[in-house]
Amino acid sequence: MRKTWAVALKELRQAFRDPLSLGMLIALPTFILLLYGYALNFDVKHVALAVQDRDKSQESRDLVASFVNTPYFDLAADLDAGADFARLTESRRARAILVIPEGFSRELAAGRTADVQMILDGADANTASIVLSYATAIVADANVRILRAAMGSTAGTIVPIDYQPRVWYNPELKSTHFLVPGLIGFILMLTAVVSTALSIAREKERGTMEQLRVAPLGSGHLLFGKTLPYLGISAIATVLILVAARILFGVVIRGPYLDLAIATFLYLVDGLLFGLFISSVSHTQAMAFQAGTVTSMLPAILLSGFVFPIRSMPEVLQYVTYLVPARYYLVILRGIILKGAGLGQFVRELALLTVYGVVVFALASVLRRRKEA
Amino acid sequence: MAPAVTISRLTKRFGAFTAVDDLSLTVSEGEVFGFLGSNGAGKSTAIRMLCGLLAPTWGSARVLGFDIVRQSEDIKRNIGYMSQRFSLYEDLTVAQNLRFFGGVYGLRGSALQSRVRWALEMAGLEGKEDLVTGQLAGGWKQRLALACSVLHQPRIVFLDEPTGGVDPISRRSFWNLIDEMAGRGVTVFVTTHYLDEAEHCDRLALMHAGKLVALGTVAELKEVFAERAVVEVGCPRIIEALDELGKESWVLEASVFGTRIHLVVDAYEAGRARVLDLLARAGNVPAQVERIVPSLEDVFIHHIEMRGDTENRRTGESGKRGNGESENRRTGDEQEGEGALTR
Repeated sequence: MRKTWAVALKELRQAFRDPLSLGMLIALPTFILLLYGYALNFDVKHVALAVQDRDKSQESRDLVASFVNTPYFDLAADLDAGADFARLTESRRARAILVIPEGFSRELAAGRTADVQMILDGADANTASIVLSYATAIVADANVRILRAAMGSTAGTIVPIDYQPRVWYNPELKSTHFLVPGLIGFILMLTAVVSTALSIAREKERGTMEQLRVAPLGSGHLLFGKTLPYLGISAIATVLILVAARILFGVVIRGPYLDLAIATFLYLVDGLLFGLFISSVSHTQAMAFQAGTVTSMLPAILLSGFVFPIRSMPEVLQYVTYLVPARYYLVILRGIILKGAGLGQFVRELALLTVYGVVVFALASVLRRRKEA
Repeated sequence: MAPAVTISRLTKRFGAFTAVDDLSLTVSEGEVFGFLGSNGAGKSTAIRMLCGLLAPTWGSARVLGFDIVRQSEDIKRNIGYMSQRFSLYEDLTVAQNLRFFGGVYGLRGSALQSRVRWALEMAGLEGKEDLVTGQLAGGWKQRLALACSVLHQPRIVFLDEPTGGVDPISRRSFWNLIDEMAGRGVTVFVTTHYLDEAEHCDRLALMHAGKLVALGTVAELKEVFAERAVVEVGCPRIIEALDELGKESWVLEASVFGTRIHLVVDAYEAGRARVLDLLARAGNVPAQVERIVPSLEDVFIHHIEMRGDTENRRTGESGKRGNGESENRRTGDEQEGEGALTR
């Protein structure tokens, strides 16, 4: 314990000697959150919509209004007959074009089906499909209104099926709510892994590791002594990130803070231990940094369910995700932050996080010992 | 006295390269024992095995009675180790370094305080406690490194090229510290390639190409010249003279020391006459020939040439050759083992 403390104290002193790196460790996570939080936004809003209204009737204007009066579409252009659609989409002045043919209102008045055309820029398939679903919903709404108006005199306001979808936990389907927990998971893993990996590699690079190796210092003393200070630093970074997520993205933690703290602690320990493992296979700081960022960042983004749902991955890859601690942490984090759940529901995830930590610690110790032989 | 170190047939191979070859020797407690050798002679590798940093390929050794393979933890508790690279934390202050290494050896509270104070005094670093170590001059760093490695009062200290790259005055004061420690009964095991430093040692082991080539006190080692004479030759064209003299059968050894040639001959008077005669015939005059007391370097070269002629494992060591300066001649950095490679 005394020796662990000596190592921890020394590590902390070194960290404070280098305020730039310390500041980076603490502030970088929040900075990344800002960057990604604003850039990684899957919501589609303010789509530039060009309209070619050849009917120019009250009804056609109503339809256009029901598009433009949502936050999803902005009226980008009013097109004359014979406008060049291709040029419009190529220049990206419009991502969607609504064409209302002549006779639209006449058909409606006669009680017949009136045609409307929607042209979408499919170059960005993701956006196009989201825009398409918005448009479909808007048109469906308009249909109901028109039917009601037509039947109003005779049948009152009865609609055969009143479909009322409710989205729980994230009613506006804001992707930031979904992404922020994923970002936290990825950022914490990155900083935890890199901080310890660098600290051991630094000892090797400067030759101080040899002095430690001739001292009666066990693997445990060294590994835990190195982990403790960075655990503290990462904890501060976590609090900062959560505060920033709340203020900037309105992500409120619905669940108990203590449960969140416990899960985060476990996850950070996993990351720090993985950093130790990385450092025991790399000899220079540069190598440790590279190995640390690649092995922590990529899985935490791609294989954790942060960006791509695990269920839609190829089966082999799904098995690989079991090796990624971010996968478990993300489930817990989303549960606690978005759903207000408690840790009781995540026993399996907690257990797997613990197993991961134990295995990585054992690997790091074995590698360290084998090096000495 | 009981042996502090017993080495028996210790061997270390790195792939096909044999760094330490069948080394056996004993060091008594309280002795200042020097390991002398040139580039890659295997000194560092041997010391690293004794400290438990490297496992031997073959053979065994005991330090303070503990087996280096099976009881390395016991050894670590009882030894001090300082390497040529002064493994200090350069971004920490002097006092922080001392407190850290004290803590690593399990010292704390008042015991730690008093040892830190002792170390500061010993190393002459009082008043420099709060300086950042990286800003200290080489000599200070070196004394701090020594202080850090003996905080826990080890019974034996291993110093691996402790004075590498340090100015001569600092080296002298460093050796005063070593003498002082030895006076208190601490066994000192030191490697060096500074020949003048070797004269501080009670006993010396000369290593070459992984092998022990000679072992004994300085006086004993010089005794090989008892029935021979070492003469120093001065003349205008020494390289030419070295070539000529080297061909003569009565010249046992010839090498350049600075601007002069050292020759080993059977008898002084006859040898002197022959040298003067040869140089006069070659027109290489004026020439002086004087008898000198053989230095440790003469001894060193003598032993290596005895080996080198038969084995010749490395370049630059065989036959009669020319050297750089005489005193303090560095034979190069050791380049072996993990430490040097992970730089």
